[in-house]
Amino acid sequence: MTTTTALPLVEQFQYGLAAPICLTWELTYACNLSCVHCLSSSGRRDPGELSTAECKAVIDELERMQVFYVNIGGGEPTVRPDFWELLDYAAEHGVGVKFSTNGVKITADVARRLAGSDYVDVQISLDGATAAVNDAVRGAGSYAMALRAMQNLADAGFAGFKISVVITRHNVGQLDAFQAIADRFGTQLRITRLRPSGRGAGVWDELHPTAAQQRQLYDWLVSHGGNVLTGDSFFHLSGYGGSLPGLNLCGAGRVVCLIDPVGDVYACPFAIHPSFLAGNVRDSGGFTRVWQHSGLFTELRRPQAGGACESCSAFDGCRGGCMAAKFFTGLPLDGPDPECVKGHGERALATAGASSAPRPSPDHSHRSAGRRPVPITLARRPPVSACNADPLAGFTAPGR
Amino acid sequence: MPAEGPPEQFDLDAAWQLAAQVKVRPERFGALLYHFGTRQLSFLKSRTLLAVVSSLAAQQSARAACAAADVPAGELASYRRALATLAASQMICKREAA
Amino acid sequence: MADDPAAGFTDGTSEAPPGDAVAEDVLAEDVLVEEVSIDGMCGVY
Repeated sequence: MTTTTALPLVEQFQYGLAAPICLTWELTYACNLSCVHCLSSSGRRDPGELSTAECKAVIDELERMQVFYVNIGGGEPTVRPDFWELLDYAAEHGVGVKFSTNGVKITADVARRLAGSDYVDVQISLDGATAAVNDAVRGAGSYAMALRAMQNLADAGFAGFKISVVITRHNVGQLDAFQAIADRFGTQLRITRLRPSGRGAGVWDELHPTAAQQRQLYDWLVSHGGNVLTGDSFFHLSGYGGSLPGLNLCGAGRVVCLIDPVGDVYACPFAIHPSFLAGNVRDSGGFTRVWQHSGLFTELRRPQAGGACESCSAFDGCRGGCMAAKFFTGLPLDGPDPECVKGHGERALATAGASSAPRPSPDHSHRSAGRRPVPITLARRPPVSACNADPLAGFTAPGR
Repeated sequence: MPAEGPPEQFDLDAAWQLAAQVKVRPERFGALLYHFGTRQLSFLKSRTLLAVVSSLAAQQSARAACAAADVPAGELASYRRALATLAASQMICKREAA
Repeated sequence: MADDPAAGFTDGTSEAPPGDAVAEDVLAEDVLVEEVSIDGMCGVY
C-alpha cells in the first residue's frame, strides 16, 4: 500500500488546516500615531473591544488549537493596559507571540523584561531610514521614538528583534540604508508591501512604488535578500523571474486570518471589510468554529480559478497576486493585481472607474487627524466673454 | 549549523528524536512542525511520515521507526530524504547514547 | 525563462504549480517535507 501522493501545498490547503499558521491579532484600534497608510484605519479605541477575560479565552482557544504563534498588532497594542498581562498569559499557555509596535512603550525596563523571554518576538515599525522620510508617513517624532526603542532593546541584549518597513515610493531608494540600521543594532530587516487597505486606500496612488521601482526592489531582494524577511509580501513580483522565498500564495482564510479588536474574524488583515468577514469570536463555537466552519473560509479554501490570469506565463509564480490589493482598487478578484509586473493591472485600472473601489470599513481614525489635504489646483481663467454664462465655456478637460 | 551531511549520508541506523523546541501539530495531510528556536516551519506531507517522526524517540533507530510505521521498502529512500531534510533544519536530532 | 535568480536561497522550496507535475512526481522523487520560514506567509506582521 503506497503512501498517498504528496500533493503540493496549494492543493493541501483546500482541505483546510486544523489551525491558522500565521494568525494576526489586532488587540486594539487605539494608537498614539496616525500613520497615513494605516491598514486598519486605527487611532481611536472601539468601545466594543474584547475585555481582558475575553482575550484570555481567545488565547485558551489558540492553545487548544495548537496555534504555534500569533502576531499581535493593532493600532498600537502596547497602549492596552493589560498588554503585558496578556503577553505573559500567552507564553504560559504555549502560544508564541510576535508583537508589532511603534516603540512608544519600549522603555529600557520593558526591554529588559522582554529580553528574558523565549516566547516573544518584537517588531518595530519604521517607514523611512531618515526622520524626514519616516515622519512624513508616521508623524513628527515617530522616527526618534522607534530608534529609541531599538536602542533600548539592543542595550537589553534583545538582539532578535525585527525592523519592519512598508515599502513606498519614497523609501524604496533607502533599502541599503535600512539594512545599515538593522546591521547597526544587530537585528533583522523585514520589508513588506503597501496595500490599498484602510487609510492606505487614500494614499495608495501616490505612495505605491512605480513599476520601475518594483523592478529595482525585486532585483535588490534577489541580490541582498538572503537575510531580509518579506512576510511573503512580494510574491506578485515573481513574474519578473524566480520566486522569492516563502509560500508564494495568498493565504487568506487558508493559512492566515485576522482577529480584530472587537473579535471580528477576517480572512486577511489587509481585507478589513464586510466582504471578508467570516464571523466573530464571541459567536458560539468561538474562533475555532469560525476558522473551521465559516462559509467564507470554506469558500476561500476551494481551489481558486485564476480567471483572466491563468493563461499568463507568469501565473505559476504570481498566482494572480494579492486579493486585498485587487479588492480595494476595485479590480475583480479573478483578474490581475493592480501592480502586476506585466502591466495588466495598470491597464485594468485605467478602464475601471475610480468609483468602483470599495470604501474601507470600519474606520477608527483619530477625528482630529482628518484626511491628508488633497492637492487641488484652482485654475484661474479669464472669462471667454462677459456675455457667456456657460461655466464650461472654453474649458478643455486635462489629459492624464 | 548541524553536523549532518548530505541526504545520502543520513544515518538510518542511528537513534533519533524530535528536538526539544519543536512542536508538532497533526494535520489531515500529515503534520506541521514548528521549531521555537529557529522559527522554521516544516510541512510533513504524509501521515506515515508523521508516524515515523513521532515514534523516533521510542524506537532504536530511524530504520526501526520506518518499519514500525509500515513504510514500504520501495519508499524508504523518500523517507530517508525527508528525515535528512528534518535533520538539516534541526527539527530532529540524534539521541545521545543511552 | 532566465536562470532562477532565487536559486541561491536556502530558505524553503517554491511551490510547484498544482496539477502540473503531480503525476510525474509519483515516479520521480516524492518530496515529503517542505520547509518555510514562519515569516514566509503573508499576514502583516
